[in-house]
Amino acid sequence: MEKTLELPVLESLARPERGRVRFFDWEATYGIWRRDLLKFRREKSRLWGGLARPVLWLLILGSSLKPAISNTNLPGNGSVDYTHYIFPGVIGLTLIFTSLQSAVSIIWDREFGFLKEVMVAPVPRPSILLGKALGGATQATLQGIVTLAFAPLIGLWLPPLDLVLLIGMMFIVSFALTALGVVIASAMTSFEGFGTISNFVVMPMFFLSGAIYPTASVPVWIKPLILVNPLSYGVDALRQIAIGTGAFPLWWDLLFMLVFSLVMLLIAIPIFNRE
Amino acid sequence: MRKQFGTLTAVDNIEFKVNTGEIFGFLGPNGAGKSTTIKMLCTLLKPTAGLLRVAGYDLTTHPDEVRRQIGIIFQDPTLDSGLTALENLEFHCIMYHVPKPERAGRIKYVLDLMDLTAHQGRTVKTFSGGMRRRLEIARGLLHRPHILFLDEPTVGLDPQTRNYIWQYVRRLRELHQTTIFMTTHYMDEAENCDRIAIIDQGKIVALDTPVNLKKEVGADRVELTTNDNGQMVRLLAENFQVGATEREGRLVLEVDQADRFVPRLLSELPSLGGGRLRVETLQIRQPSLEDVFLKLTGRLIREEDEGSKDERRLNLRKRRRL
Repeated sequence: MEKTLELPVLESLARPERGRVRFFDWEATYGIWRRDLLKFRREKSRLWGGLARPVLWLLILGSSLKPAISNTNLPGNGSVDYTHYIFPGVIGLTLIFTSLQSAVSIIWDREFGFLKEVMVAPVPRPSILLGKALGGATQATLQGIVTLAFAPLIGLWLPPLDLVLLIGMMFIVSFALTALGVVIASAMTSFEGFGTISNFVVMPMFFLSGAIYPTASVPVWIKPLILVNPLSYGVDALRQIAIGTGAFPLWWDLLFMLVFSLVMLLIAIPIFNRE
Repeated sequence: MRKQFGTLTAVDNIEFKVNTGEIFGFLGPNGAGKSTTIKMLCTLLKPTAGLLRVAGYDLTTHPDEVRRQIGIIFQDPTLDSGLTALENLEFHCIMYHVPKPERAGRIKYVLDLMDLTAHQGRTVKTFSGGMRRRLEIARGLLHRPHILFLDEPTVGLDPQTRNYIWQYVRRLRELHQTTIFMTTHYMDEAENCDRIAIIDQGKIVALDTPVNLKKEVGADRVELTTNDNGQMVRLLAENFQVGATEREGRLVLEVDQADRFVPRLLSELPSLGGGRLRVETLQIRQPSLEDVFLKLTGRLIREEDEGSKDERRLNLRKRRRL
């Protein structure tokens, strides 16, 4: 039994335009970004993870470690509360988790074929990567804002201007971290490396960032690792805005993260583009 | 063009030209190089050597320009199953720069065409295999490509959906003058093509219309059983100049036009055979593309089992990451 078709009438026969494809394509960047956010909105579990992390690190770990860590070791000579000190660090942890998780979706897309749809689209590769980095940065910033809501719980009151600056800085930090994640995800071919990432990238970066303890007194051989870690500058910048104390000048934090993001994206292009 | 993966030559110096508005089929067993060829034409793989022009653009120097002119429906699914059907289509419109005022209309059009309008708001992970396939085809049409590539478009679909998709493909050409390039290893499907290239072990072994290809294998075959095969053989040789061979009690003979020969044979038989010779069973077989393939390569097209096919796909996927 054959079903016959009633085809709708075609309104126009417009064909794709010919000629050169633009060097950079903002519309495609927007498309990639939009898709990441649509999916983010749908994944409620990630929101709960974003809530659980500050509870665990800030309220449980922070208040347990507080008596063990002498306030005089913290910058500001005893005037800074330990939970306040680690607050920007916990934001940093949220940012790095969310950023890398969203960058790693490139591997999922490769596994489930969707990346092919992206790769055959008439879109320059840098636009795709930028969309990915912006998408990850937006998601991480949204998660970071959830963490911000915990500030009053630890008695940290932030004026509105600081909140705005913090959110802006979170975006810059997440952008740098997603750019790093995009390089890792483009280079990885399978999911077996996924656990490795969180053990060998996220945690070391977190511990070596000064997020939960001051890094001024660490052994000399660890120092270089701290200095190349983008999260060190990210946490430092967030801390300067939130509690007014830090290890590097703010402009240097910013410059490092911007240059780092750019270098990462440039490295990612050839890796992403290979067959 | 040629493509090598290490020492394995997947596509070995093939050359062909597809005309505008044509349905061009690539027929061959699994692993013959069909998908590799399509991937090269779609800019997903770079050829090791050779010149490829698609829609007037050189593939190696202007891949983005080529990508804009073509639509591809891959063998493996490439939808985002976390998005709804509508969102998948919107994403495609953005990536292919479908003009904003036209987007809603085009999306509605392809959804109607593929009978998916009722399901547009559902996430793709709730879709059945056939619905996903239809959505992929719908998506491939959104930007009105000049050339549509279909890589094994109907693998794993039920006969009704297959039939349905074929109707779409033909209507597509009528309505849009779209050139269609497809690969398949289903013989009955290849019959729908205007021209077929038979590919085996990376080489094109034949390229022609299905009718001409079948002519090459030669005549129709008639198989019959009679109550006296010996007399029948003599009778056929004397009166019809047709040679017959006996195989397991059946007479096999080859004639040019079986549909004319058989009625003549049956009507003249009573007088020639003296009323004693009777035909008991009769079967006509016209040559199929399967016979063409068998003759050209010495093998049947589907000798390989599914297991080795999956294994090969896995190996190839490891090799090229995409």
